[in-house]
Amino acid sequence: MNDLRNPLQRALGLGSAKEGVNHWWRQRITAVALVFLGLWFMALVLMLLHGDYASARTTLADPLNAVLMLVFITALFWHMQLGLQVVIEDYVHTRWLGIVLQIAVRFYAVLAAVLAALAVLRIALGR
Amino acid sequence: MDHTRRPLSPHLGIYRWQVQMVSSILHRATGIALAVGTLLLLGGLLTLADGSAAFAVYRSFLATPPLLVLLIGWTWAFAYHLCNGVRHLLQDAGFGFAKPTFVRNGWVVVVLSLLLTILVWAWIVLAGGAR
Repeated sequence: MNDLRNPLQRALGLGSAKEGVNHWWRQRITAVALVFLGLWFMALVLMLLHGDYASARTTLADPLNAVLMLVFITALFWHMQLGLQVVIEDYVHTRWLGIVLQIAVRFYAVLAAVLAALAVLRIALGR
Repeated sequence: MDHTRRPLSPHLGIYRWQVQMVSSILHRATGIALAVGTLLLLGGLLTLADGSAAFAVYRSFLATPPLLVLLIGWTWAFAYHLCNGVRHLLQDAGFGFAKPTFVRNGWVVVVLSLLLTILVWAWIVLAGGAR
């Protein structure tokens, strides 16, 4: 009864960050995905390590591998952004620098993910 | 000010090192290291798409001694973040919070990640090393 918050504010449950538990959930969901995808990626790299260029391309061009790699890229860069966001929030106390870093991390995540995805598509589609 | 008995947050400078805090710090540190490591994934995919000449340059770059050391480091960072990540997910589900269990699991993760790293590089060496 000592809650001074507006009842609507409480019902929405979005907190001061205005997005509730969204960040937390996305971080966990991408984490669960990355447990499996990470192990798959490790196995793939270890298999390709002793082969040549052609066999690496053929393996990645396989539809299943190409799809898994695209999903891996998405989950990886998303999870990376969510994690680095919290690190910046916790340790960078200079306001402008924090904002610059948050923007830089998001730009890199999107740019790298799209670049990597395009590379996978080029390999899978043979261009 | 003596009458205010509020709990103090840990002052890292005088805090005794223990596996609980180290495993937490390492999770962040390895996460940051792996974020830098995404550049390697990016380089590999871009050169693989570009052609065999570019991919050969990428491979010979990875085969230089400093990069090999970094690759072993990244393998461990990956193994640690993976093992400790699973531990975190189980903790999120409510498991493993009794103090002895918590401490034991911290060590389990450290040992498991080292084992995994050794296993991966043993496989690489036994299979003849990367060309």
